[in-house]
Amino acid sequence: MAELTLVEAVRSALSKALEEDPAVVVLGEDVGIDGGVFRATDGLWQHFGSGRVLDTPLSEAGIAGISVGLAAQGMKPVAEIQFQGFIHATLDQMANHAARLRNRTRGRLTCPMVLRAPYGGGVHAPEHHSESIEAIFAHIPGLRVVIPSSPQRAYGLLLSAIRDPDPVVFFEPKRIYRAFKEDVALDGEALPLDKAFVLREGQDVSVISWGAVTRDCLEAAEVMAGEGVDAEVLDVATLKPYDAATLMASVRKTGRCVIVHEAPRTAGFGAEIAARVAEEALDGLVAPVRRVTPPDIIPPLPRQEQLYLPSKDDVCTAIREVMAWQ
Amino acid sequence: MPLLGRELIGMSDDRMQAAVDAAEFRIPFKRYLSADGTLADAAPGFASDRSELVRLYEGMLRTRAFDTEAIALQRTGRLGTYASSLGQEAVAIGVAAAMRPEDVLVPSFREHGAQIWRGVRMEELFLYWGGDERGSDFSGPREDFPVCVPVGTQYCHGVGVGLAFSLRHEDRCSVVVGGDGSTSRGDFHEAMNMAGVWKVPAVFVVNNNQWAISVPRAAQTAAQTLAQKAIGAGIPGEQVDGCDVIAVRDAVERALDRGRRGEGATLIECLTYRLSDHTTSDDATRYREDAEVSSHWPEEPTVRLRTLLTEAHGWSRDEEEALRKEINGAVKAASDAYLQIDPQPATAIVDYTYAELPTDLKAVRDQLAER
Repeated sequence: MAELTLVEAVRSALSKALEEDPAVVVLGEDVGIDGGVFRATDGLWQHFGSGRVLDTPLSEAGIAGISVGLAAQGMKPVAEIQFQGFIHATLDQMANHAARLRNRTRGRLTCPMVLRAPYGGGVHAPEHHSESIEAIFAHIPGLRVVIPSSPQRAYGLLLSAIRDPDPVVFFEPKRIYRAFKEDVALDGEALPLDKAFVLREGQDVSVISWGAVTRDCLEAAEVMAGEGVDAEVLDVATLKPYDAATLMASVRKTGRCVIVHEAPRTAGFGAEIAARVAEEALDGLVAPVRRVTPPDIIPPLPRQEQLYLPSKDDVCTAIREVMAWQ
Repeated sequence: MPLLGRELIGMSDDRMQAAVDAAEFRIPFKRYLSADGTLADAAPGFASDRSELVRLYEGMLRTRAFDTEAIALQRTGRLGTYASSLGQEAVAIGVAAAMRPEDVLVPSFREHGAQIWRGVRMEELFLYWGGDERGSDFSGPREDFPVCVPVGTQYCHGVGVGLAFSLRHEDRCSVVVGGDGSTSRGDFHEAMNMAGVWKVPAVFVVNNNQWAISVPRAAQTAAQTLAQKAIGAGIPGEQVDGCDVIAVRDAVERALDRGRRGEGATLIECLTYRLSDHTTSDDATRYREDAEVSSHWPEEPTVRLRTLLTEAHGWSRDEEEALRKEINGAVKAASDAYLQIDPQPATAIVDYTYAELPTDLKAVRDQLAER
């Protein structure tokens, strides 16, 4: 057991995976001697050597592409893309190859790779460093898209992602990389993929979210408790394939659904959840589904970033709105 | 052991003078077998071995017969869009003949000849081009990559495969094949660059058939050769006559030897000509003159090798006829076998999306199973 930040939990999971499976290799820009720009791989190169932890040239498409080749050979590449804003260059490799190698060869070749990237805003980062493009990857059959929201879940889900026989895109909410610590059992115990987590049980409204903004949702739930509202807070965690059953059960129970994400509104992953609610839980709803998201705009540079990100207050407002329906 | 990591090279001090060349490069060109069938004295040893030459000749004829049958099947509605390798058989066969079985081929979509040589069954290839994924679950070289359609993306896969070999200290190489158009893409450069840094045992073969669908070589790049694109990545690049199967095989063999010795990757540009349309969906008369195509027929790879066999090794008419008969029979048998293959069950469209199907897809599968 150790008290860790989220980024330390990521490092612990990488270390555990390198230790337990000789097929695991960590690769990416500056992941070696520098330990990664967020220090997610700190010390791994020194401990496991340059045959296990590889500094790559600045080459995002190449990093994804060689990971496909490594994975087809039975290696387990865990590749880091320094910021999600630079991950677009990997889409060709991820969508055309990683996601479909199993299918197109009827299982002869497979692609057990992980593509990790810090994502999301709120850290006063430069341009292209604050995006949330999880929905783009969640639209691709054959991929898994996983987003942890706490140190424990970062450790357990990353281990699962690395052990999974299929390609996993693992987005780490950098706003909460060091926001808080949590006790993490470093026992190599993985958490299930494709499973949503109920972070707070409640009876009146289901607040569905993932990533850093789950913290704001939990805080909003506390505020609302003071107003007599019992909010249930859910962390989707694995967006693809996602655990609709847990989400729908919650919405059926509470009759109200608020979805919160940092990504732009239109065709964000919240739209998928709202559509699913309309298909499967409409008869239980007492209020329209509400989405709390940024508008369809480019993430502003840091001086106006707070105008973009959903806040605790925004979540509270949405909860009050759906609670007005009886 | 390849260099992985940080053995950095310091700046040398002997460049204090103002006007010296910072670097110097050359791109060699090799041809051993001329279009008229003459063999150069400097030709490699296997070029005087009759049985080896017959094997190469047979491989090229088989490739062409496969091609002919594939187009016939497509034209009669029994195969999908198909990419012919007419006139470029020496690239596929030269590459495959140089490789060892344990090496891994990472093809584009015009290397049927190499795939067949390495053990992919012709009915499996027909099956793939006929629109059935099982064609890429071939029984032959199980670690070889399937056909790659997104042009140029395969180069990085070859680097990953080669990197796996060097990380595991295995005495194997990957061989990637692409076309002239693919050398304009970033993936090509990123792959070569990484292979250069890590001395990856990979061979990059470019089949420069002068046309990327309708875009001619001159409109593809201002570079004098495609081989010189290797120089920017710090790996050697060379050019060969891609219609000379001896030169192709020799160049790939030398490159594979370099890879196995831990000296890293090589780029080989094979100069060929696409005698066919891009694919069966293409009509090349829209953008290129018949006269240009005709002018390249005398260079095609099979006749020159037959001339050499006939003149230097007493290859007889009877042998030629017997070989063609055997090949045509095998291709016809493969074509017949392909047409007899039962379709996949409907459930196959979901079954390979993940190792274990998620809940939603299980439900879809159950519905399909009831059909």
